[in-house]
Amino acid sequence: MSLETPLHKVRGMGSSHSGVIHFWRQRVTAAALIPLSIWFGISALGLVGAHEAATLSFLSQPLNAILMAAFAIILLYHMVLGLQVVVDDYVSGNAQKVFLMLVMRGFAIAAGATSIFALLRIAGPL
Amino acid sequence: MADTPHQVPRARPLSPHTTIYRWPLTMATSIVHRATGLALSAGTVLLCWWLVAIASGPETFNEFVSLASTPLGEVVLFGFVWSLAYHLLNGIRHLAWDLGYGFAVPTANLSGMLVIAGSILLAAGLFALAYLGHGGYYQ
Repeated sequence: MSLETPLHKVRGMGSSHSGVIHFWRQRVTAAALIPLSIWFGISALGLVGAHEAATLSFLSQPLNAILMAAFAIILLYHMVLGLQVVVDDYVSGNAQKVFLMLVMRGFAIAAGATSIFALLRIAGPL
Repeated sequence: MADTPHQVPRARPLSPHTTIYRWPLTMATSIVHRATGLALSAGTVLLCWWLVAIASGPETFNEFVSLASTPLGEVVLFGFVWSLAYHLLNGIRHLAWDLGYGFAVPTANLSGMLVIAGSILLAAGLFALAYLGHGGYYQ
């Protein structure tokens, strides 16, 4: 006989306090990063040896700016999901876990916000 | 053991015995996947730095480029590119597993070899193209 309440059963969440959402988000961001990484590699090779003006004009084109923003944001999101698994695997103790998660997410938000600000500045006044 | 509570427990090996048993290829590729993920996490700083350098004007941009062109800078860049190539290819392998494909041991070993060879070829190929002057087509 199960001691689970019907609500608990229906939510499908165990002792981890979450269901499959982390797994699913990690896969969806991974799939999104396949074409974005290929685009990034082709772009980076195309900018080898480029001067500041050429790099600036490449990244100020709307499509390139949008793809770069998407790449940075999804990369950082995927990074947080991946690093969370590493923390869950190797760090015991709830306080340390919470602390590291806050540091990681804080870093991701700072890096993401900085990248977006840089891209907006590169794009110039709209 | 319940009747000898003061006996110090013998240090017993924990699984997996990474130091004493032969690494299966699938284990090595899994560990490297995590290692490259950690390396790429550090690499996001480079990406952010590069974007800020472009946004900050020619002097900052040139400083970044000359720093990236030093031997240490090129080694770091190659590490970043190879990590991205490996994590990308092995990530596709993981997604195939998630869909239920490629679990047979010979298949998993073959795909592991393909990922290792492919990531080296991809990273070395990109650097070769850059060195041979086939890069820079966006200037």
